[in-house]
Amino acid sequence: MKTLKILVIVTFVIAVSAFALDKVSNPKMSKGYSIGDVATDFNLKNVDDSFVSLANYEEAKGFILIFTCNHCPYSVAYEDRIIALDKEFKAKGYPVIAINPNNPKAYPGDSFDNMKKRSKEKGFTFPYLFDDGQKIYPLYGATKTPHVYVLENTAEGNVVRYIGAIDNNYKDPDAATAKYVQDAVNALLEGKKVPIEVTKAIGCSIKA
Amino acid sequence: MYKCFLYMILIIFFTGCKGEKTAALTCTDSFNGDGLEIPVYDFEGITPLLHRNDGKTRIINFWATWCKPCVAELPYFELVNSRYPDDKVEVILVSLDVPNQVESKLIPFLKKQKIQSKVVLLDDPDANSWIPKVNLNWTGSIPATIIYKGGVRRFYEQSFTYNELEKELKKVL
Repeated sequence: MKTLKILVIVTFVIAVSAFALDKVSNPKMSKGYSIGDVATDFNLKNVDDSFVSLANYEEAKGFILIFTCNHCPYSVAYEDRIIALDKEFKAKGYPVIAINPNNPKAYPGDSFDNMKKRSKEKGFTFPYLFDDGQKIYPLYGATKTPHVYVLENTAEGNVVRYIGAIDNNYKDPDAATAKYVQDAVNALLEGKKVPIEVTKAIGCSIKA
Repeated sequence: MYKCFLYMILIIFFTGCKGEKTAALTCTDSFNGDGLEIPVYDFEGITPLLHRNDGKTRIINFWATWCKPCVAELPYFELVNSRYPDDKVEVILVSLDVPNQVESKLIPFLKKQKIQSKVVLLDDPDANSWIPKVNLNWTGSIPATIIYKGGVRRFYEQSFTYNELEKELKKVL
């Protein structure tokens, strides 16, 4: 019985992989932005049905742009900290803008309706935008959620100053010893160089 | 904690039996449910597993139950695990599930899918400190896979089909 089962699985795998042979094994993703690059603006639908662009924020000194979503446990773990970032830095000129990059066909939990629900439940104080057609996140090079880009609004445009994680402990904010995003924005507010410009984190792969 | 200690003893015992000269892994905790035991490691604890040198080829797959492409490719890793002899190839599934979902999500998943490969939990929240130690180019997205034998080591931040996985395995074998 077990042999039969394995045989069936093997046959199935061979059949499937025969069709998959033509598939490119390592699709080239656009590499996205590095520190110092000018980031693109966008016009994406917010959970309140309005459309949001960075250009709408004439007074902003910059932005805390966060690719995040509903379904990912790492994103959920950071929700309260994302709200806290917005509360701390919006008044200082660095509002949080959240973008859900996932295709709801891959993750129904990340549909626009579910974004509205989640935003309401948690009382998001910031725009939570839907990357309809999954066109914006590849330009930034976001690979997972949550994935943060701190942008500085300059005469040349919105310049990328920090890419990476929010802090160094997704599980417990009190145990985080390095608060990368806070440190980056505070440095920018003081006209200093961002101390740590790029960090890495585990996150949920973005699925287009 | 007690379970974890027991597991260590078991590892020492079994590796001793096979006559391998390997450093025992030190887990920080372990989960136990439904007859399954999932040892928990921080990055330091799991490091020896990424650098054994005993002639065996190891496939280390970083995954999580919440990661769809990871779950989609698990059958291929299981198939490799069942098709290659244990003393030649070992598949180790390193779960990055959050610890409070191990009993509610991970263990039921492993039971339901009848996963036979070895599963361990990597619980080390300071990912920025250890991701580059796995591979300098890893952005931190999963699935990610290491295939290594002694000093020959390959790293993949991608999903696999069965054919692709076996092709890459044969490069290292």
